[in-house]
Amino acid sequence: MKLQSRHLLGLEGMSKEELTLILDTAVSFREILDRPIKKVPPLQGKTVVNLFFESSTRTRISFELAERRLSADVVSFATAASSVGKGETLKDTARNIEAMKIDMVVIRHSAPGAAHFLSRVVDANVINAGDGAHEHPTQGLLDMFTLRETFGTLEGLRVCLVGDITHSRVARSNIYGLRTMGAEVTVCGPQTLIPHDIERLGVRVYHRLEDIIPHVDVFNVLRIQLERQKSGLFPSLREYHRFFGLTKERIDRAGKPITIMHPGPINRDVELSADLADGEHSVILQQVTNGVAIRMAVLYLLGASN
Amino acid sequence: MKLHLKGGRLIDPVSGKDEVADILVVEGRIEKLGTSLSADPSFQVLDLKNKIVAPGFIDMHVHLREPGYEHKETIESGCAAAAAGGFTAVCCMPNTNPAIDEESVARYVREKGKQVCDGIVDVYPIAAATKGRQGEELAPMAELVEAGAVGFSDDGSPIASAEMMRRALEYASMFHLPILQHAEEPTMTKGGCMNEGFTSTRLGMPGIPSVAEELMIARDILLLRYVRQARYHVAHISTRGSVDLVRAAKRAGLPVTCEVTPHHFTLTEDAVSSFDTNTKMNPPLRTREDVDAMKEGLRDGTIDVIATDHAPHTIDEKEVEYTQAPFGIIGLETAIGLSITGLVRTNVLSLYQLVEKFSTNPRKILSLPPIRIAEGERANLTLIDPEVQWRVDVAQSRSKSRNTPFHGHQLRGKAIGIINNDRYLLF
Repeated sequence: MKLQSRHLLGLEGMSKEELTLILDTAVSFREILDRPIKKVPPLQGKTVVNLFFESSTRTRISFELAERRLSADVVSFATAASSVGKGETLKDTARNIEAMKIDMVVIRHSAPGAAHFLSRVVDANVINAGDGAHEHPTQGLLDMFTLRETFGTLEGLRVCLVGDITHSRVARSNIYGLRTMGAEVTVCGPQTLIPHDIERLGVRVYHRLEDIIPHVDVFNVLRIQLERQKSGLFPSLREYHRFFGLTKERIDRAGKPITIMHPGPINRDVELSADLADGEHSVILQQVTNGVAIRMAVLYLLGASN
Repeated sequence: MKLHLKGGRLIDPVSGKDEVADILVVEGRIEKLGTSLSADPSFQVLDLKNKIVAPGFIDMHVHLREPGYEHKETIESGCAAAAAGGFTAVCCMPNTNPAIDEESVARYVREKGKQVCDGIVDVYPIAAATKGRQGEELAPMAELVEAGAVGFSDDGSPIASAEMMRRALEYASMFHLPILQHAEEPTMTKGGCMNEGFTSTRLGMPGIPSVAEELMIARDILLLRYVRQARYHVAHISTRGSVDLVRAAKRAGLPVTCEVTPHHFTLTEDAVSSFDTNTKMNPPLRTREDVDAMKEGLRDGTIDVIATDHAPHTIDEKEVEYTQAPFGIIGLETAIGLSITGLVRTNVLSLYQLVEKFSTNPRKILSLPPIRIAEGERANLTLIDPEVQWRVDVAQSRSKSRNTPFHGHQLRGKAIGIINNDRYLLF
């Protein structure tokens, strides 16, 4: 069993078997992370470049750690400016990197499809580390990994994504991956942040947390960005917090434990109260640890087979 | 020039003719028309059995990019592409640099059109409706008409202000020329790069809602009802709702017309899933339901014209992230093939109706003299092989640009020649 594609561009269209292969592979890497010596040799002699055209701390560090622990040579390139603004196109940047004989490229970019574009113009394996509001496949995988670790299976698990679905690549990768694995996915947020026809992806839409709380096992809470308020998509952070913010008080009314996830970085006491973020049912830090294992698995499956 | 067009099927909607006949063309005029004509050996004989002889096709919506963007296209390369696609005339949009918003630029475009490609393609400028296409002050329309403008548009941008649109309609009505609206409510489309709907949701792509087009058309139709004598033409219509609005306005007797591009009756938003920037245009590719509505509109006459919105961009401009890529595709050389393949062979339109959409109707809308295929008339003709199978090879394009989503498509039907201004070209 191996992956169908030589790139990881998104979870949409990947089979249950492929997703399971990645999750299973990550289990062994997760064990390595608890060893005193965390380095293994599969990518020795391979060069990976991390191209981050959008600011990111956690994802970039997570990828770098994963790459180094697999013994790859790592180069990272980060710029907040878009490639176009800098005068060099993404294609030229990619071609230049290619000329330096790179084996794998990890790309984070604000444009949906940027990783697809890159995969067409370079020979290296391309891993999407987030392309605009499209996909963030390794985040989706690490969320699935964390849930499988917590619940034993994803089949029948009830997961609700809360917040700004329209602009969230995490939401899309979660929807594609979790649905393929047999979980039931719902979304909850202001109607102005729920994209058109989302129901056709097989998810139900809620606008009141109270309506969904009794029916979920997991809340995956998305970060709300202040600039959405400025573009007229919601009135205020205060109102957002009152109606869509998850608090311990709200969850406690359910009378049952609900697992809390967040892709980070958290706006504490806006979309998620501090007591829930740090509470006993929060798996937010496990997500971070598992992120390294998942990225090792993906790098290994795509890179070590070359 | 002496040509003997032998045994072709003449389709001439202006005279209501559809018959097999021979034509003798001498020095650019139709000298004789009849069955089984004989001619002396000085005539070049074209065997047109099973071929169509139609009045010259006109593409009333192209971007020739000159002056200002000659790296994308020039009047010469654009006319060469038009000729190769079977057009004897094009109307070029004013979003050049400088814009076609004053006499000298309009004259330059017209004159240049006469000089290139032996003058076989007539170039009619569409002038800006407002100065600099800024939507704030009227362009000098009377002067522009004198310089050869055949219509007014701020294409690329809508005339967003209702007051400005009202005045543009009123002022243009004095010349019996239409305002061609790029219908888009701009407050709803900022940052959008594809149709808003299921596919944009799947891809996480900023959307352009169909209602933004429909709102502008609805507003303009209300203005038109108020202004009365004016004429209004919707450029590149793309949604079911828009077609419904135009249909209702026509039924109410309002002077509204509209055009559709071949890509909007051929492709759906699904094509964007490839993230190929040659699927990025404005208006964007819509849904299957919208594509079906384009065909219904063509069939029932709501949609008067097929026009390409030929919009050349270089490979470097297009080979960028989807959100950064400019809107538009080239279309002159694939228009007839896509139309015969997608409309005639599927019985949406007859060949006769196709000729109306490509020649008779656009000329009427722009108040250009009608083309008759009759003795004594100037020969302005497009010759078509409606059956030939061919594959689109963008490397063969005469345009300076290569931005088409149709590369490799297998099509039926193609222009095999054009005759105009005492010149002819055979392909």
